[in-house]
Amino acid sequence: MTVLTERPAPVPEDDAPAASGQLRLVVAGSVDDGKSTLVGRLLHDTKSILADQYDQLEHVSRSRGADGFDLALLTDGLRAEREQGITIDVAYRYFATPRRSFVLADTPGHVQYTRNTVTGASTADAAVILVDVRNGVSVQTRRHAAVMALLRVPHVVFAVNKMDAVDWDQQRFAEVEADVRRVAQRVGIEHTAVLPVSALTGEGVAAPAPEWVEGPGLLSLLEQLPARRSLTDEALRFAVQLVVRPRTESHPDYRGLAGRVGSGTVRVGDEVIAQPSGQRSTVVGIDGPRGEQPEATAGQSVTLRLADELDVARGEVLSGVDDPTPVSRSLQGVLCWLSEDAAQARQRVLVKAGTRVTRGMLGDLEQLWHVDDQQWQDGDGHLELNDIGRVTLQLAEPVAVDGYLEHRRTGAFLVIDPDTGVTLAAGMAGGHLGEAHTAS
Amino acid sequence: MTATTEAPDVTGLSPTLADLEAEAIEIIREVVAEFDRPALLFSGGKDSAVLLHLARKAVWPAPLPITLLHVDTGHNLPEVLRFRDEVVADGNLRIEVAHVEEWIADGRLKERPDGTRNPLQTVPLLDTIEAQKFDALLGGARRDEDRARAKERIFSVRDAFGGWDPRRQRPELWNIYNGRHAPGEHTRVFPISNWTELDIWAYIEAEDVPLPDIYYAHERDVFLRDGMLLTPGPWGGPREGETLERKTVRYRTVGDGSCTGAVESDATDVRAVIAEITVSRLTERGATRADDRLSEAAMEDRKREGYF
Repeated sequence: MTVLTERPAPVPEDDAPAASGQLRLVVAGSVDDGKSTLVGRLLHDTKSILADQYDQLEHVSRSRGADGFDLALLTDGLRAEREQGITIDVAYRYFATPRRSFVLADTPGHVQYTRNTVTGASTADAAVILVDVRNGVSVQTRRHAAVMALLRVPHVVFAVNKMDAVDWDQQRFAEVEADVRRVAQRVGIEHTAVLPVSALTGEGVAAPAPEWVEGPGLLSLLEQLPARRSLTDEALRFAVQLVVRPRTESHPDYRGLAGRVGSGTVRVGDEVIAQPSGQRSTVVGIDGPRGEQPEATAGQSVTLRLADELDVARGEVLSGVDDPTPVSRSLQGVLCWLSEDAAQARQRVLVKAGTRVTRGMLGDLEQLWHVDDQQWQDGDGHLELNDIGRVTLQLAEPVAVDGYLEHRRTGAFLVIDPDTGVTLAAGMAGGHLGEAHTAS
Repeated sequence: MTATTEAPDVTGLSPTLADLEAEAIEIIREVVAEFDRPALLFSGGKDSAVLLHLARKAVWPAPLPITLLHVDTGHNLPEVLRFRDEVVADGNLRIEVAHVEEWIADGRLKERPDGTRNPLQTVPLLDTIEAQKFDALLGGARRDEDRARAKERIFSVRDAFGGWDPRRQRPELWNIYNGRHAPGEHTRVFPISNWTELDIWAYIEAEDVPLPDIYYAHERDVFLRDGMLLTPGPWGGPREGETLERKTVRYRTVGDGSCTGAVESDATDVRAVIAEITVSRLTERGATRADDRLSEAAMEDRKREGYF
């Protein structure tokens, strides 16, 4: 068996600096817009498909009567998906260029799977929404743009696909681009790019597009995007996951609060306040994965030692004393309902915000978001699967939760069924969330 | 783990690896905090070695409050079992070993006609989970290994039969993991889901994670079967028509000896291994795992039955 054949090690093509960190990407779009082909194209052109996968897929392509290699087959991994030719659930793909590595959440395009788009978007640094240049903006384009805006995905790129099918008609692209920009503005997407591509031929993706196209192709653009909003500039948020108390011979008195810095920076000597308890202390030590460190920034998993032996437990959030996390016994916010069983007013639920789980009760549906015309309207009853609505939850105990607009990480929560443990809804705290969507 | 008094080294990893490490530690801490009886699947392979390394960092300086669990097919390579036992002894860890042989001896399992025992692991795994009342199982599976694994959540709730139903998976939102489950169900947790084979090796290099020496090039008697270089052992071989040859090889994955092959390689250290897989045109599973070649959806079918 020949295991190793020649494949050049990746070398940067020019002197452009490497982008920092992995980029988490969500790709959305209707099935017919060529999403599977685009994902296949990204994997193929970054040489992320290895020979054995290639042989296997070529075999499957042929056995289905396809002419050559069907890029879309790369993304459908489950039996039912291949049998029915549809994507059922979010799949995660990995590819890398010489400049950066990517985790791509490949989400199904069907309307009934909006919940999977929410799943993919919740962790994404950037989104790619596909638009078929022949059809222009569709209901799905508006829906996906709206979900990305609501979940505050920092960068949204619209890939206007199938440009080969219109002979790279510059005029047609300009029309679609104008429509896309209106949608983006209407749903409140801050940073957007609109690129013409052909996933089928690869032009505008990794290969060059015709001369009239300005700016970088899709892949170079993705290489250059910042990995995440500058979370280190935000206020400190540190949800306590675990109290580490070894009581061993070597560490008899060690007591540390383990967690991951959600945003901001914490330094030795900083005064911090734990919410909801309101206790204050000073950080005297920060233990990271490679020993003691003088500070920890957003994204790092560390253990903090405090000057005072406070009764701080899992579920509390540490912040700087000047900007503590708000504490409340009710949560007003937006829910994306993810369960097939509709939400009922006064339904008893569990709420998991950060590391705290508390009992709660759903209030009435205050407003329902009509995705297709992007308007909040008065609720006419209960929330059903894939609905997005405004609801106030009453809680059994106070929790420390930020507004999602201010802090994406500490402003999100889950609504859980107390009997089965099933996740019923994705929640985002804040009374004004989504208001950009009604401004037109 | 370094002592807290040592100089800080927060720049020792690439930004990508540092992110992946922080994410894995966060996930492991959620498991330690939320479950009563977590276990960590430890085979002695590279992914479980990295997972164990991360788990110990996650709770440092406390001792690991997690039992290790290994399903021994009876066809494991002796070098790997030796490594497993050394890690357990050196780290003062607890391990529970389920021996497939015992299930075959008392009739709960039957040997397969093709002799491979990898698919036989599922029943002993589920029996042990039930007997030990484990409520969460940490595993070193990665989404880049297989297209069925690409669909896997980080927290994956399994029914009483250990079954995985890809159509009924819970949405997984932000970094808020939901491990709640009904009685009888348990949760599988995959903290290194987002790592690739190269990330694993880069981390092994950066952190000096010990591995069984069969991961590095060595001389070994092997024979060719179904395009794979197998080592002789209790699984039989060489059979008629198969000839034993002395070759310089290494393993890219370790598992049941009947279906895990070696690759020809001169890579005697981590750096050389990284150079080798960077230019390899085969995936680790395509190169060395016969069980994944059984059908187009071999991994999916095994996962549905409760396999990891």
